[in-house]
Amino acid sequence: METIQPDPRPPEPLPTNDAQRTEETNGGAAPKIVPPPPGAPPPQPPADERLRTLSTFHRVMGRPESASIAGAVLVFVVFALSASDSGMFALDGVINWATVSAYLGIVATGACLLMIAGEFDLSLGSMIGFTGMMAAIPPLFYGVPVWIAMLAALACALLIGWVNGQLVVRTGLPSFIVTLGFLFILFANRTIVSGIGDLAAQDPVASFLFSGTFANDLFTWAGKHGWITTLDDGRPLVRGIPKVILWWAFIAVASSYRLTHTRFGNWIFAVGGDANAAKNVGVPVRRVKVSLFMFTAFCAWIFAMLQICDVGSAAADRGLQKEFEAIIAAVIGGTLLTGGYGSVVGATFGALIFGVVQIGITYTNVNSDWFRVFLGAMLLVAVLFNNQVRKRVTEAR
Amino acid sequence: MPADPKSEYILELENVSKYFGSVIALRDVTVRLRRGEVHCLLGDNGAGKSTLIKILAGCHRPSEGVFKVDGEPLALKSPSDALDRGIATVYQDLALVPLMSVARNFFMGREPIRRVGGVFRIFHREKAEEIACAKLADMGIKVRDAEQAVGTMSGGERQCLAIARAIHFGARVLILDEPTAALGVRQSANVLRLIARAREKGISVIFITHNVHHAYPVGDSFTLLNRGRSMGTFRKGEIQRDQVLDMMAGGLEMQKLMAEFGVRV
Repeated sequence: METIQPDPRPPEPLPTNDAQRTEETNGGAAPKIVPPPPGAPPPQPPADERLRTLSTFHRVMGRPESASIAGAVLVFVVFALSASDSGMFALDGVINWATVSAYLGIVATGACLLMIAGEFDLSLGSMIGFTGMMAAIPPLFYGVPVWIAMLAALACALLIGWVNGQLVVRTGLPSFIVTLGFLFILFANRTIVSGIGDLAAQDPVASFLFSGTFANDLFTWAGKHGWITTLDDGRPLVRGIPKVILWWAFIAVASSYRLTHTRFGNWIFAVGGDANAAKNVGVPVRRVKVSLFMFTAFCAWIFAMLQICDVGSAAADRGLQKEFEAIIAAVIGGTLLTGGYGSVVGATFGALIFGVVQIGITYTNVNSDWFRVFLGAMLLVAVLFNNQVRKRVTEAR
Repeated sequence: MPADPKSEYILELENVSKYFGSVIALRDVTVRLRRGEVHCLLGDNGAGKSTLIKILAGCHRPSEGVFKVDGEPLALKSPSDALDRGIATVYQDLALVPLMSVARNFFMGREPIRRVGGVFRIFHREKAEEIACAKLADMGIKVRDAEQAVGTMSGGERQCLAIARAIHFGARVLILDEPTAALGVRQSANVLRLIARAREKGISVIFITHNVHHAYPVGDSFTLLNRGRSMGTFRKGEIQRDQVLDMMAGGLEMQKLMAEFGVRV
């Protein structure tokens, strides 16, 4: 190991902002004009001059997800005041909006990671319809076991994600255009096929993973004790937690852990922040991006499988506009459109806001058409806020 | 200082030329880097400095001439090959991500890992922050907060961070591409001090610049490049700063300019 020389000088205090700016204007360029660097620094105020204690508020607001958490709290307060007696916060109401949030949250997580890595996937929505059809048609028309069809659909989704990713990283084309192509390619078939729900319920693998609800016994037991609302025949009104909510929790927790606590997560930030810099220090930029395209496709597949088991039919337009909703949830969650910054926790709260407002508005007297207005306004506010965050982080000196 | 001087020189370029098609970027240039010295490559724009760095960093191979590391002739296959031999290059763009924290940047691509339960490999953030802070403090840079984004640091601090990172990951030879070009006077002084400190640690430095005033205080020897040719290598005692300046094309130009303006030199 190298020996460390004790420094005879005290650490030099750094110049203040203003002093620095003025110096930079005369520094550098013309060799004759620049005076030789001073041997000893002139006396300066104490070394802590540049250390400003940030208030806890500032620190918290500096995190990407805090705005969406605040937004979610606000939304809950608004609906608690305006729709508290409507059953929105009764168990069945909660399950209602939680399910909507969960579906979106699954794809928003994939979109969020991909956006942090600096790319978009607009084929996400078409992918949902496409993989749903892929999984539904073979069992219905050719008698293929449901789980095999689902696996085949997964393989196909991953392959398309891989192709998307390779096209983007090899050509350097914007992912916006490349995936827009797949948005239309995958949207080819307009038929609806129904009856897959019953087949899936009979298939042990598919029904275990995707069909119905979870913790039914717990809810039945709670219903017997009269703690939750029951139907006339004594069965609970809400039979259990829909599996989509479990999937959402699993995917969000796993992805958040991946992003913030692993080497790969650091690479995601690096690739989105500055792909060239990342490459120069040995981050496998292409591999990171391609694997995230594949992960997004995987999320779309999960969405589609849950949906066909729940709804019972498959159609190409099932994921219509989900790509935008996923991006909106991620942006509300503090993810920058330019990449390099964001959090899965934020996207999760973004999806929650989405579900609460979309369902909650039907519990109020407000016309539900206002939902889109609200959504657009929310998106604009979020983008403006995120832009401020980015400026503060990248332009402050 | 590293023991075992197999050769007095750690890096040598002997009579190296580099052609790009019909363009002669470098002709017959000889540069020798002694162990533990700061060797300044001086030249105006277009003198061939960038080509020379890229040869040293393993991006280009010389069209003619010999490249020796530790006295042994070899051909570097790639930048990572150079890195494996302890030759680290800090380019002007620094390879830092402004939106990421100091610690995450410091270990970007080489993150320390902590195992939990034998299965989970977790990014060891505390260790990363601790090492990043310690290494920067070692270089005389006080980091306010290892979690702060690099985007909030000044140009000089970023330069120091990139240099400290290269040293931490085992650089024996540090190639610095115009590290003071975009900096103010005091920030440049910080970077020069850092170069001197790297030398104290036994690291050999190639310092590329067009600014003699920055090169002269810290350099042990100087190679002057002009229009793709070497104008010679000088030890510090052998040459004065003004002479260096005069030999550079820029120096002569500036004198002409001053004469034109009626300024007395």
